Amino acid sequence: MTTARLDATFAALADPTRRAILARLARGAATVTELVAPFKLSQPAISKHLKVLEKAGLITRGRDAQKRPCRIEPAPLAEANEWLEKYRALWEANFERLDDLLDELKAEKRPKKR
Amino acid sequence: MKSTLKVVASGDREIVITRTFNAPRELVWDTLSRPELLKRWLFGPAGWAMTVCEEDRRVGGTFRWAWVGPGGAAMTMTGAYREIVPPERCVRTETFETGCFPQMGEQISTLVLGERGEQTLLTLTVLYPSKEARDGALASGMEHGMAAGYDRLDEILAGAAG
Repeated sequence: MTTARLDATFAALADPTRRAILARLARGAATVTELVAPFKLSQPAISKHLKVLEKAGLITRGRDAQKRPCRIEPAPLAEANEWLEKYRALWEANFERLDDLLDELKAEKRPKKR
Repeated sequence: MKSTLKVVASGDREIVITRTFNAPRELVWDTLSRPELLKRWLFGPAGWAMTVCEEDRRVGGTFRWAWVGPGGAAMTMTGAYREIVPPERCVRTETFETGCFPQMGEQISTLVLGERGEQTLLTLTVLYPSKEARDGALASGMEHGMAAGYDRLDEILAGAAG
């Protein structure tokens, strides 16, 4: 996954409304009209968020000119999640290594005290 | 018993990381301050290594830490020290020059080491330049279970797969 694509994914995910829209779309496709009511936002405001999500490749829009239902695209999310997992695992690995180093340093100090 | 890393959101612009270590505070402080010790554990991702650890740990002093990874990839973090109270408190600015994602501008990190008998509680508070930068960092999931109000990425994925 390219950094630019990760950037777009995380920028899109940084907004709570867009995360909520994705969570709603994860339960099934929806049109802009169907998204207006639950989010208590105007149609233009919803459309703006959808454009960001579409540009980031997190959703796709149907071809039906009237309805253009939105669908979630799981691939970029899966890739982002994989990246996050690596990041979290990296800190765990660093700190586990630090645990070992601390044990080693403690053991070195012990004989001196006796 | 292994301690787990915890990451929570605080206020609008902060992330607070906590982790307990099974060692006295002075020793933990050393491993977080002395270049020759930092290089022994702060590797970065698998296949990476810390190559530069320039430290001028005094108020007004600067630091420059750099890592190299597979294929010559590089990551560099620089900043300046604002407050140092050994072995318990260190405040500094941090900026990722290269290689780190996402770029968030200058952040202020406050490290506090608390004594818990034979153990040490590490608390690292990172103050981001804006709420958006903080949320971006949180969305980038330093931990699975994010603060209340966040839709978990894996839940979204589970829903999308179902």
